[in-house]
Amino acid sequence: MKSLEDLRKLRDSARQMMHLREGGEKIRIVIGMGTCGIAAGARETLAAIMQELERLNLFDVAITQTGCAGLCDQEPLVDVFLPGQPRVTYGQVDEERARQIIGEHVVNGRVIEKWVVER
Amino acid sequence: MRDLSLHVLDLVQNSLTAQATRIEIIIDEDIACNQLRLIVRDNGHGMSQEQCKAALDPFYTTRTTRKVGLGLPLLQAAAERADGSLQLHSQLGQGTTVIATFVYDHLDRAPLGDMSLTLMTIIALNEECCFTYRHRRGEREFTICSEELRQELAGIPLDHPQIAAWFREYVRELEKSLEV
Repeated sequence: MKSLEDLRKLRDSARQMMHLREGGEKIRIVIGMGTCGIAAGARETLAAIMQELERLNLFDVAITQTGCAGLCDQEPLVDVFLPGQPRVTYGQVDEERARQIIGEHVVNGRVIEKWVVER
Repeated sequence: MRDLSLHVLDLVQNSLTAQATRIEIIIDEDIACNQLRLIVRDNGHGMSQEQCKAALDPFYTTRTTRKVGLGLPLLQAAAERADGSLQLHSQLGQGTTVIATFVYDHLDRAPLGDMSLTLMTIIALNEECCFTYRHRRGEREFTICSEELRQELAGIPLDHPQIAAWFREYVRELEKSLEV
C-alpha cells in the first residue's frame, strides 16, 4: 500500500537530487489539454512522458499545459522548449512518439523532423 | 470521450480557463438509489445566464469567443444516453458547478475510467491550483486534497516524475479500496 511515509522518502531524495542541478534554464514541455487534445489521448501521452522522464532520471523538466491551439486534427500536440532554442511543436503524439521525443529531442537534442507540425 | 474520467479532465480544464483557484471533484456512486453523480465545482469567474445557455449548445459558440468547448454538450449527451441529465449552476463572479447524473446500471452509462490518470494529469500540470477529490461508492469513500500533499512535499513539485508516479499509484489503491 502506498503511504504518505513513502511520499516523504521520495520528497527527501528528490530534494537531494535537486540541489545538484540548481540554476540554469529548465527544459519545458507543454501539452495540449483542450477538449480536442483530451479526446485524442493527451492524458495517455502525458503519462508516457512522465514515465519516460522517470525512467531516464530526468527530474528537472517543467511540464505545463495549454488549451486548444486550433490544430485539433493534429492533437495530441506537444511543444518542446530546450534552453536557448525556439519552440518545436510535434503533432499526433501518441505514447510511442512521446517516448521517442523524450529520448531523441529532450535527451540528445535532435529534433524528429517528420513529426514536427510547427516551429 | 470514452469514459467519465476524461469528462472530469475536460470539466477541470473549463474551470482552469475560468481562473479557478479551488476545484472540487465529487464522484458519488449511490448504488442504493441506482444513481451516479459527477460534480465539479469551482471558484472561477462564473458565467452569465446567456453564457450558460450557450455553453450547452455545441453550435452556438465560436472558437475565438468560446469559454468552453464542445465538452459540456458531450457530457450532457453522455448523461442523457444513460437516462440522466446535466445541470449547470453559475453566476458571474460566483464560480460554476456542473452536476451530471446517470442511471447507475444503465447499459449506456459510460464507465468511470481511469481516475488515477486524470487526477495525476490535473495535479502535475497545475501547481498553483487547489484540488479536492471525493469518491463515494455505497458506504465507502475517500478524499484527496492537493493542499495536504503539497504540505507533505514542502516545495518539491507534484510534476516531479517520481512524485507523480507515486500519486497515481496512491489514487489507484484508494479507488480499489472502494470495491467490495
